[in-house]
Amino acid sequence: MNTQSNLYTVIYAALLVIFVAAALAFTNQVLKDTQKKNEEIDKKIQILRCVNVVATAKDVEAKYDELVQETFLVNKDGDKVEGDAFKTDVAKAFAGGTALPVFVTKIDGQVKYIVAMRGTGLWGPLWGYLALNDDKNTVFGADFSHAGETPGLGAEITLPFFGRQFVGKEIFKNGEFKSIAIVKPGKTAEGQDYVDGISGGTITSQGVDKMIYNSLNNYVEFLKSK
Amino acid sequence: MSLFSGKNKDILLGPISKKNPVVVQMLGICSALAVTAKLEPSIVMAISVVVVIAFANVIISLIRKTIPNRIRIIVQLVVAATLVTLVSEILKAFAYDVSKQLSVFIGLILTNCILMGRMEAFGLSNGPWESFLDGVGHGAGYGVILIIVGFFRELLGSGTLLGIQIVPQIFYDWGYVNNGLMILPPMALIVIAVIIWIHRARNKDLQEEK
Repeated sequence: MNTQSNLYTVIYAALLVIFVAAALAFTNQVLKDTQKKNEEIDKKIQILRCVNVVATAKDVEAKYDELVQETFLVNKDGDKVEGDAFKTDVAKAFAGGTALPVFVTKIDGQVKYIVAMRGTGLWGPLWGYLALNDDKNTVFGADFSHAGETPGLGAEITLPFFGRQFVGKEIFKNGEFKSIAIVKPGKTAEGQDYVDGISGGTITSQGVDKMIYNSLNNYVEFLKSK
Repeated sequence: MSLFSGKNKDILLGPISKKNPVVVQMLGICSALAVTAKLEPSIVMAISVVVVIAFANVIISLIRKTIPNRIRIIVQLVVAATLVTLVSEILKAFAYDVSKQLSVFIGLILTNCILMGRMEAFGLSNGPWESFLDGVGHGAGYGVILIIVGFFRELLGSGTLLGIQIVPQIFYDWGYVNNGLMILPPMALIVIAVIIWIHRARNKDLQEEK
């Protein structure tokens, strides 16, 4: 057979691609459930990390069930709505203005409210969780994650030192929503609390800044209601 | 011909030392810098690369007589990309933490020059068994360097191996400090350079004439 003819080449390429697509789709279907489970475990680890609880894949379920007392969804007006807060798609919620998740935890007998955040960095999505004290204003802890920021630069936002900077900062000043700014190390921000960004990760830092503002903005009514 | 004749042995073992893809051919340096801050990802990356190169080489070798010459690079890419995606999916299901740590680098196995180079230079013109050995050999040659670098970077940088504390607490009490620089990418280059130095010193025939 002439393996150099045009017809052969086209048919060969087409069959190869169809075969490969089928094989990959099959693998994906088979492994989907295990992968989903891993993602849920990872999400629980992140939520607990923002209230300074270190959990591993093995003990996270138990710790999560023990510490997270209540989860619910709130809409932009601050009203509770029906739904599963853990399973809700945060990206869609921020895009479409549907209800956003709130996780209520009790740490050392004190209530902490955990809200979700979602934004964009340099290469892809950023997300994170912010834990607030029961005054719904002072930050108790923060945790950030990303899909593909540059290792060593933007990806540093996931490190504990970055999240720790947020502790004790306030998101309201004189009852007005101000958010928390990310500034260039050494700079300050007027009229609001701020933390240092990541050197060499300017666009990621700006992304975090916008993410905190935009995300918390959706929660403002809920946070104002005492 | 026996399965491990002199020639086949050379195909398998050559790349581990005399023809090592990293320290002699200087390929795959980029990922060797990125994933070696800890030993565990180094080992997972090494295994993944061995699996991908070996099977990609075998598949290309099996279908080599049917591949139209004009699209052979594309066919190689498709085969390699499929294997890389499979590895990535499997890691996501069974080693989620590691897959998160390696993030983009698993996908980037595809762009590892060792992989495409072996398929084009070897798989395309040799039988499946030889190709398999060649793939395992090159993957292992790459992996060995990765593991050596990961070993020293984790030991000196974090005082641990595979996450287990190795440097005893009493050292820290006496004033020993982990070398934070070892965690950063530049030290990977320096560790590789030291390996190359030792390797060339022991193999005089690899030294270039002045």
